[in-house]
Amino acid sequence: MDHIYLDHAATTPVDPAVVEAMLPVYREIFGNPSSIHYFGREARKLIEDAREVIAAEIGATPKEIIFTSGGTESDNAALIGAAHARQALGRHIITTKIEHHAVLHTCEHLEKEGFDVTYLDVDQKGRISLDAFKNALRPDTILVSIMYGNNEVGTLQPIKEIASLLKGTNALFHTDAVQAFGLEAINVRDIGVDLMSITAHKFNGPKGVGFLYIREGVLLETYQHGGEQERKRRAGTHNVPGIVGMAKAVKLVSENREEKKQMMYRLRQRMLDRLTEEGIDFAINGDLENGLAHILNLYFPGTRVEALLSALDLAGVAVSSGSACTAGSVEPSHVLTAMFGSDAPQAKSSLRISFGLYNTEEQVETAARIIAKTVSGWQKPKHSG
Amino acid sequence: MTKAPEKTRVVVGMSGGVDSSVTALLLKQQGYDVVGIFMKNWDDTDENGVCTATEDYEDVSRVAGQIGIPYYAVNFEKEYWDKVFTYFLDEYKAGRTPNPDVVCNKEIKFKAFLEHALALGADYVATGHYARVEHIDGHVRMLRGVDRGKDQTYFLNQLTEAQLSRVMFPLGGLTKSEVRDIARTHQLATANKKDSTGICFIGERNFKEFLSHYLPAQKGEIRTIDGEYKGMHDGLMYYTNGQRQGLGIGGPGGPWFVCGKDLKNNILYVAPENHPALFSEGLTAENVNWINGLPQESLFTCTAKFRYRQPDQPVTVMPQVGGTVKVMFHEPQKAITPGQAVVFYDGDICLGGGTITTVLQKNYFEKLDFVQAVL
Repeated sequence: MDHIYLDHAATTPVDPAVVEAMLPVYREIFGNPSSIHYFGREARKLIEDAREVIAAEIGATPKEIIFTSGGTESDNAALIGAAHARQALGRHIITTKIEHHAVLHTCEHLEKEGFDVTYLDVDQKGRISLDAFKNALRPDTILVSIMYGNNEVGTLQPIKEIASLLKGTNALFHTDAVQAFGLEAINVRDIGVDLMSITAHKFNGPKGVGFLYIREGVLLETYQHGGEQERKRRAGTHNVPGIVGMAKAVKLVSENREEKKQMMYRLRQRMLDRLTEEGIDFAINGDLENGLAHILNLYFPGTRVEALLSALDLAGVAVSSGSACTAGSVEPSHVLTAMFGSDAPQAKSSLRISFGLYNTEEQVETAARIIAKTVSGWQKPKHSG
Repeated sequence: MTKAPEKTRVVVGMSGGVDSSVTALLLKQQGYDVVGIFMKNWDDTDENGVCTATEDYEDVSRVAGQIGIPYYAVNFEKEYWDKVFTYFLDEYKAGRTPNPDVVCNKEIKFKAFLEHALALGADYVATGHYARVEHIDGHVRMLRGVDRGKDQTYFLNQLTEAQLSRVMFPLGGLTKSEVRDIARTHQLATANKKDSTGICFIGERNFKEFLSHYLPAQKGEIRTIDGEYKGMHDGLMYYTNGQRQGLGIGGPGGPWFVCGKDLKNNILYVAPENHPALFSEGLTAENVNWINGLPQESLFTCTAKFRYRQPDQPVTVMPQVGGTVKVMFHEPQKAITPGQAVVFYDGDICLGGGTITTVLQKNYFEKLDFVQAVL
């Protein structure tokens, strides 16, 4: 059986060109960038070249980029580092109820330390209200963390508007752009954020590497102690092959970005059209017009998501829903719960389908047929016999 | 079975223990399309966010990886709470000693789980129970496991023929030590894992303490069957008929055994060893399930167990209307406990069973008239 991968919001396959870029680093350039000898310099050049590529892509300067192990580390570094560095100015933080757990659980940790966190509600499309945001802002607000595009439903947030509302306040503005980066062109000067988290594996780069943009002049408390790498901002030997691979992946996403985005729109629309033709009952969670091109979150009334996910996997379609607990069972999505309420059927009967560069229209056709057939088992139960 | 094994999907309930691991392995070796499912029925997450289900699920994932089968988890916490745990507490409140394993099999493993498996396209579900299913003359019967020391039909007495027609028990023909050997030979990750003991949601914890979180305990008097005050008990729910340990009473005439409870006056009755009050002549039971239908005879003899791992006892059974039954023992029996299951057998065939409601005793409790009439 051919398995069809429609879970690119979880992770993406590594681009062969990225693998090609990394192989020589694994094979030959093994030096430690912090070493002062020839081997160290060789490796050092690679990571500084990578930093330039990445900085240029987001409109930053190279020294505004620090390399991390990925999105979770970037979020932790930004939030804990900013909160600790600015606590003399206040202890209030604003975020949303639909952040990734890397942000939500870090905020909960900060609450235990005595910080006061406001979790903004979202509407049924998954978007925060700017009025609610304005009302939440206080003189002692020192940090705002609002994701660029949601990883479950794809909804984009009004980042620019929030940034302009924060002008002249004491608050730093962090955005988790992990899911958005790639298909969305993001220029940090243009959107006006102070901190931005990115991970490579969401845009056909390697796992275990990411970066944090820190606007020049912004000071964070160091969260990881050790060597003096990254200007003492992030201790630990550099993941040189990973950083090289990430830079290659960054270069690749900027090529033909609009074309790739159009392809995602086409695949997404094809899925919707085919499901409609199959006559099953479904509704869209999120906001297609104002959302990430590769994410489609659908509510299938009458289904049980755990059984649905397993049945689809057994039929060769890999999709997802919410997050799994440590014992493997699927927890109701906190994003859908925030959008529709804690008892809403959407939280128990929705799937996230997310597309990627190597998907074909044929795969989407096949997957739609399988999804429709599986869902109809609940929606149109066969009479026994 | 009409379909070829490779076209027959068998969904295995995998707990992370050695029995269900070997169950999945054997089915895979027989060529079935095997899918493993871990059931999460109880949330015991502690303040550090640690739950024992995590470790068990990791074992399922490891073993399924070794065998080469897909695996998933399903959450039945709500179903378990509503159908099993609520029953468990209600029974204690009513002064009985519940058997949650019987109800878990009836409501969760062979109902909610079976339905879940069917939604995944299962032809059969399989578990690591030591029992056998026999397809004969268009009927399905449940037989005892070949390993008499491990036979689990006692806990499966509420299954219906319709359920059994969808069930496989691949371990039914094996002994526990053979199962361990198979696991070791194939180096399954769970080969040397300790068997779980006790009620699943209580685990290794202190039973009394667990129960006290959910039910108020009321101290009361312990009296002998002749009315003599012997001391105080911690709450009637903590004691079962025949119990000797943990009474905290001694003195002349002992050792003492629990022989009854007066729920209304909150009195625990005890009797000395071999006292007639510890023996009973019969019982009544409700919620009786006859696996292959209600027996034709209005009175018949067979054997029965009143608790797990007890040798069979000869009995005379009188099925009543409304799913109840009267059972008379051929020999007086000790420690018959309301709330526990009575399960009937014809040789190796498990006929079904029910929940013990009352104990019939000659001289000491109010069922006297009936007992004499029957005897």
